[in-house]
Amino acid sequence: MPQPLASVNDFVVKFANVNGSGSASANRLFARAIQRMGIPATPRNIFPSNIQGLPTWYEVRVSEAGHLGARGGVDLMVAMNPQTWDQDVAAIDAGGYLFFDSTRPIPRSRLREDITLLGLPLTEICNRAYADPRERQLFKNIIYIGALAALLELEIPVVETLLAEQFKGKEKLIAANLHALHLGRDEARAHLPCPIGLTLRRSDGVGDRIFIDGNSAAALGAVYGGATVAAWYPITPSTSVAEAFERYCRRTRIDPATGKNRFAIVQAEDELAAIGMVIGAAWNGARAFTATSGPGISLMQEFLGLAYFAEIPAVIFDVQRGGPSTGMPTRTQQADVLLCAYASHGDTKHVLLFPQDPAESFAFGATAFDLAERLQTPVFVMLDLDIGMNERLCAPFAWDPARRYDRGKVMGFDELESGRDFGRYLDLDEDGIPWRTYPGAHPTRGAFFTRGSSKDRYARYTEAGAAYADNMQRLALKFETARGLVPRPLRHDAPEGSRLGVIYYGSTSPAMDEAADLLAARGTAVDRLRIRAFPFHDDVVAFIREHETVFVVEQNRDAQLRSLLLIEAEIDPARLKRVLHYDGTPITARFIAEAIAEHVALSRIAPLRKATP
Amino acid sequence: MTFLPKPKLHHPELPTNAIGLTRRDYEGAISTLCAGCGHDSISAAIIRACFELALPPHRIAKLSGIGCSSKTPTYFLGQAHGFNSVHGRMPSVLTGANLANRDLIYLGVSGDGDSASIGLGQFAHALRRGVNMVYVVENNGVYGLTKGQFSATSDRGSKSKKGAVNADSPIDLAGLALELGASFVARSFSGDREQLVSLLKAALLHPGAAIIDCISPCVAFNNHAGSTKSYDYVRHHNEAVNRIEVITGREPIAVDYAPGTTVAVTQHDGTVLRLRKLAADYDIEDRSAAINFLESRRREGEIATGLLYVEPGAEDLHTHLGTLETPLNALDEAALCPGADALAAINAALR
Ligand SMILES: Cc1ncc(C[n+]2csc(CCOP(=O)(O)OP(=O)(O)O)c2C)c(N)n1
Ligand code: SF4
Ligand SMILES: [Mg+2]
Repeated sequence: MPQPLASVNDFVVKFANVNGSGSASANRLFARAIQRMGIPATPRNIFPSNIQGLPTWYEVRVSEAGHLGARGGVDLMVAMNPQTWDQDVAAIDAGGYLFFDSTRPIPRSRLREDITLLGLPLTEICNRAYADPRERQLFKNIIYIGALAALLELEIPVVETLLAEQFKGKEKLIAANLHALHLGRDEARAHLPCPIGLTLRRSDGVGDRIFIDGNSAAALGAVYGGATVAAWYPITPSTSVAEAFERYCRRTRIDPATGKNRFAIVQAEDELAAIGMVIGAAWNGARAFTATSGPGISLMQEFLGLAYFAEIPAVIFDVQRGGPSTGMPTRTQQADVLLCAYASHGDTKHVLLFPQDPAESFAFGATAFDLAERLQTPVFVMLDLDIGMNERLCAPFAWDPARRYDRGKVMGFDELESGRDFGRYLDLDEDGIPWRTYPGAHPTRGAFFTRGSSKDRYARYTEAGAAYADNMQRLALKFETARGLVPRPLRHDAPEGSRLGVIYYGSTSPAMDEAADLLAARGTAVDRLRIRAFPFHDDVVAFIREHETVFVVEQNRDAQLRSLLLIEAEIDPARLKRVLHYDGTPITARFIAEAIAEHVALSRIAPLRKATP
Repeated sequence: MTFLPKPKLHHPELPTNAIGLTRRDYEGAISTLCAGCGHDSISAAIIRACFELALPPHRIAKLSGIGCSSKTPTYFLGQAHGFNSVHGRMPSVLTGANLANRDLIYLGVSGDGDSASIGLGQFAHALRRGVNMVYVVENNGVYGLTKGQFSATSDRGSKSKKGAVNADSPIDLAGLALELGASFVARSFSGDREQLVSLLKAALLHPGAAIIDCISPCVAFNNHAGSTKSYDYVRHHNEAVNRIEVITGREPIAVDYAPGTTVAVTQHDGTVLRLRKLAADYDIEDRSAAINFLESRRREGEIATGLLYVEPGAEDLHTHLGTLETPLNALDEAALCPGADALAAINAALR
């Protein structure tokens, strides 16, 4: 038996449950309680495309250092699902712990020698304490939280406070939950070696951070960004964007004088209609968005070409999931990068934003509307299931009270009345961005015909090759302008610099940050560049030039961002190494560190500096 | 195709409407459709209806899909913004536009291929949502722009110009609109200018989803013997259920019909539609009777035209959604952004 794992505030607990058994709220309570002790803890829900019965997992990464990505490995498994017992037991790191229901004896062959077994007869305890089968199931979850509290030294009063907040006003429920909590704690104290090697100590690592899912954050960003029209079609994992938008609108967008809505939300008949409505609304001067996932983006292709070519703002939240086709609808991937970057037929290119967490989902969710209107083009906010559907600790949302919406180049009645020349596709400012008018602006000036077919600078239909080419070149110039407007990449160099660079984006970011620490501890320093938008900023090309080898870490099979870099920045493919994770689970710090270390070892790239002792 | 700007010289004697505009002010660019195309007659009827109702042209938004029919918005209301979207998807674009600004009048123009084939879904959903619009299907039973294929409104047994016989059953867009809950359903014929103009006027004043299925012969591909959408065929099989007169607040109500043959429908915004009944016992406010009537006419090989159904208390999508009277596109930061303090409270609740 190896030494049992020992660690304070730095470990991974994984819960294996059955979908629909009520475990989700108990597990969340566990994560919340750790956070309330001031210790950074990030949960991840791994769930099936199913309403009831299939296995689900809930993983809590506890990290005093503040690492919020998936780490990889499991230190303590809470195995509550007989269906997945073998794989759950196998997933535990050597020296780790297994907490389980020992009501029925488990043959030794299905256990392990190299882990600590923490069996508690949960079913028996429940049967003794509760008569109602529903209560037995529900309180079993709280009982195991009580037991875990004793095992890990989770402060019981913190859990009590959370329960009281959760069931505020329902005193009976509070009492019943507290009873179950205490029952679990006492049983564990009486029968198990409390505490185990993994323990929790109050800390101040959480600070002013907030705890929210990326989809809600993006939706709130849309509210702050001034979106008034939302059209959508349900699809996992994006549905909660629209739902949260409605929730926040009901709280903040009701006209006090009339009780009427300052927003309109339509559940469309499909994604084609959803994007069509967005385009119609934006053409008519409202800020509009849709939220979808890969299959929806596929359906929107024709319209996206229209929006690009006719120059209509549109904001699309793409919460990516495992593709192709229905793929793995409840698992995460970053596999729509190329689909969105070049969405539609003909020569098209679109602006993409890559938030790394809920805080950026909020910020980019709002900024996307400014960019879409400034650039008069579709803007994609590329979330994924890992960011979108998991609550995450992140920086609090920020809003500068002096901030004004950038409504872009719009000629209103006064400018038209003053006799200013209006041609819908004239490039008056030489930035490729033309001026537009809203329908109904002026009785005799500023009307034009919007179309997806070729036109001249005054929006008149033409099939003249020169006029077509002129328009396409202006659109290319506009994309150049976009390069300077989108969020810049963020660079973190190793203290002494490195010849190894790593490029990453979106939900990979927290795991990559931890991977850099893991690599540094092994003596491999890497410089990091987190890409936050497409078109790529010049800094990206500079970063690649400055490094001998650059790893591009992403969560898809085909190295999509790498391809985009090769195409758009004309990089020598040999310079960009793939680090790819695409099994649908979130990429982990250990996976990245391992992949890079292996590469370094194989190619005998000399580490730049020795391991810090 | 050339686009010569039409000289906008106003003839001093041209009559003006209530807002001082002449009919020329409602025109658009010169049509590039085939001479004799039914769609051009519909454009002319739209021009006349808008002129007679004295609608400010720039307060109309014209939207269309793709097809010869969908090209026509260029040929009327030159001072109105137009949007030629993608094939079969005009309804969603119009819906979004309407959500953004409820103060404009929305005129959707489509074809039978656009609405009954590729766009049947959007056609259906825009109607069942009650989007406040006039939706005109310029129905020629054929794909004009792609040169003569059957469309989903081609009658079973009708013959293409090349001699092929259509074996599929047709979609009756007016019948479908009735089923879907459209609150104003009419059918007309591009060759019957008077009927079409009055139906357009009534539709423009209807505060809900108004659909006009307008038979509009394609002289290039569907005007031959054996076609059921040719000028000759429709003239001989047209059975009008009523003639309509639109009365707005300004005009006195002139009753010049024999008693018993007229019916007045007052819509909830005060406009009155006065109908001269041609078919005895036809109840304009009875949706299921209208459906049965269409079916019985179809069995007889007749094409029922006129205002088939109107729901006097019709409401629109904005009413259902509870949106503000002020157009959403006119709201600024002060009305839309909850602000930094509210955000601080949201942050606090997330700790
Ligand atoms: C996605 C897509 N598919 C096919 C076409 C080709 N197309 C253009 S118009 C048209 C048919 C138009 O028929 P209809 O709506 O009846 O209009 P008409 O020309 O008869 O007035 C087709 C198939 C297209 N523009 N887009
Ligand atoms: S092809 Fe037919 S529908 Fe098209 S313009 Fe000619 S007559 Fe009209
Ligand atoms: Mg047609």
